[in-house]
Amino acid sequence: MVTVNTPPLPARATAAGLSNQIMTREPQQIKIQIRDLNFYYGPVQALRGISLDILAHQVTAFIGPSGCGKSTFLRTLNRMNDIVPGARAEGKVLIDGVDIYQEGIDVIQVRRKVGMVFQKSNPFPFSIYQNIAYGLKVSGMRDRAKIDELVEKSLKDAALWDEVKDRLHCNALELSGGQQQRLCIARALAIRPEILLMDEPASALDPISTAKIEELMDRLRERYTIVVVTHNMQQAARISDYTGFFLLGELVEFDRTERIFTNPSDKRTEDYVTGRFG
Amino acid sequence: MSEIAKRREFCHPIGASGEVLNEICEAGSSGFRLSPRVTEKIAFFLLSLASLTILLPILVVVGVVVVKGLPALTWEFLTQAPRMGMKEGGIFPALVGTIYLVMGTIVIALPLGVMTAIYLTEYSWQGRLNRWIRLAIFNLGGVPSVVYGLFGLGLFVIFLRMGASLLAGSLTLAIMILPLIVTASEEALTAVPQSFREASLALGATRWQTTWRIVLPNALPGILTGAILGISRAAGETAPILFTVAAFYLPRLPRSIFDQAMALPYHLYVISTQIPGISLDKKAGTALVLLGLVLTMNLAAIMIRYRFRRRKRW
Repeated sequence: MVTVNTPPLPARATAAGLSNQIMTREPQQIKIQIRDLNFYYGPVQALRGISLDILAHQVTAFIGPSGCGKSTFLRTLNRMNDIVPGARAEGKVLIDGVDIYQEGIDVIQVRRKVGMVFQKSNPFPFSIYQNIAYGLKVSGMRDRAKIDELVEKSLKDAALWDEVKDRLHCNALELSGGQQQRLCIARALAIRPEILLMDEPASALDPISTAKIEELMDRLRERYTIVVVTHNMQQAARISDYTGFFLLGELVEFDRTERIFTNPSDKRTEDYVTGRFG
Repeated sequence: MSEIAKRREFCHPIGASGEVLNEICEAGSSGFRLSPRVTEKIAFFLLSLASLTILLPILVVVGVVVVKGLPALTWEFLTQAPRMGMKEGGIFPALVGTIYLVMGTIVIALPLGVMTAIYLTEYSWQGRLNRWIRLAIFNLGGVPSVVYGLFGLGLFVIFLRMGASLLAGSLTLAIMILPLIVTASEEALTAVPQSFREASLALGATRWQTTWRIVLPNALPGILTGAILGISRAAGETAPILFTVAAFYLPRLPRSIFDQAMALPYHLYVISTQIPGISLDKKAGTALVLLGLVLTMNLAAIMIRYRFRRRKRW
């Protein structure tokens, strides 16, 4: 018997960001369905029977102690684990109803649909402009005007445009840490994904830069489905609509964020969010 | 028995040898002993001496060659063919021959070596083929250069009927420096942060796009350094070209890649051992040109590496 963590519908406007959203929303649409996902690094099992639904245009956060599998889980959603030698996934991950682990699936297409931002900002050692244009160019876009337009739009979406518009052709590594991370977000947005995965996107940043990233995520949920891994529980509470708690490769609990932090149903979740361990 | 001695005995369950060990330890602590300050000084002295010993040969070699060879180094020496049984004239055909050989070698070895390194680092992290290739490269690096020469003679000159030619010589030298180029390229490729690859793949780039647009440009200085060191090794070798390309005396320039050519190392060998009565400054001059060529290339490699390290920011 498989227990599926289906989020209760509809989500109430609890998190700060929801208040400024349009109130007459269409019924919540399921963007990602995960069913019986097991994941192995060689002989080591990193994920055990994960099943849950992730809703479109929501911020879904995953918390848990180090090594609990939350990052591994995130990377199964765009098949980034493919590049780890000896890694193997079992089960289903359906994005818009299509299993991304079925045979014949084009991994490139999956990754264009599911963008990713990493824990440590990793801009290429090119100019700011080239960093953003890269994803467009590898997809075959040649039209200069179109690329220029998308570069500008992505930088604006990532709230970086005003800070860098006069030095688009400077090396991206000259930017501050927080700016670099927003550049990475802009880079991911440039290829117009539908889902944005963020692996502890603010863990290496100062509080002000962190706040900027969080504001950004709040704004981006209107157009993207955001899945974020964080070990900062306050951050999960601030920014997410749904929260999942991972422990030792298992998804212990998955529910509306408010419920996870105020009235969790599992003792282990309660111990973790109240700081009794972890 | 003190508490510590008892514990020591406990650690050596074989009683007798334990006793012996203990005794040695005791003797060591009670017998002849230098103060740490003195041992420090001795160690420092020996280590600096060893380092200076390494410096000495290169200084002497360069010094002698420069002092003896400099007088011979005239414009004519560099631009004229040898005359009068190589007793007169210059080294022009040998110099050009060596430059041609080096160019041919790098044209063959660089793409082959870099492609192999890309395969090993970017495409097959593990697996049997990968292990076999690594083993082959490792062993290739240990083959004596004269064996390469004979191999080139057998395969290229005779079996493939290239004859003694620039092509056969370049191929032989290329195989010889391949391990160097593969190893240097591999090192340069693996030094590119994994996070660059991840970022590129996450943006929907293929592995080849990632390699070509992200990894390779960032590894280029390292690859170039390896390539130059490979070239400088190829330029100085005598044995591999001995049977495959080098002409004893050919006072004109080679006309095609199937032509024989003179080469500096072999020319130096010839005028030093095969022909009596050649003045010392001619020999030293030739040695100086060869040495200068190789050292200049090494210097270029060092400069590329240095400039790149200063610029690198990750």
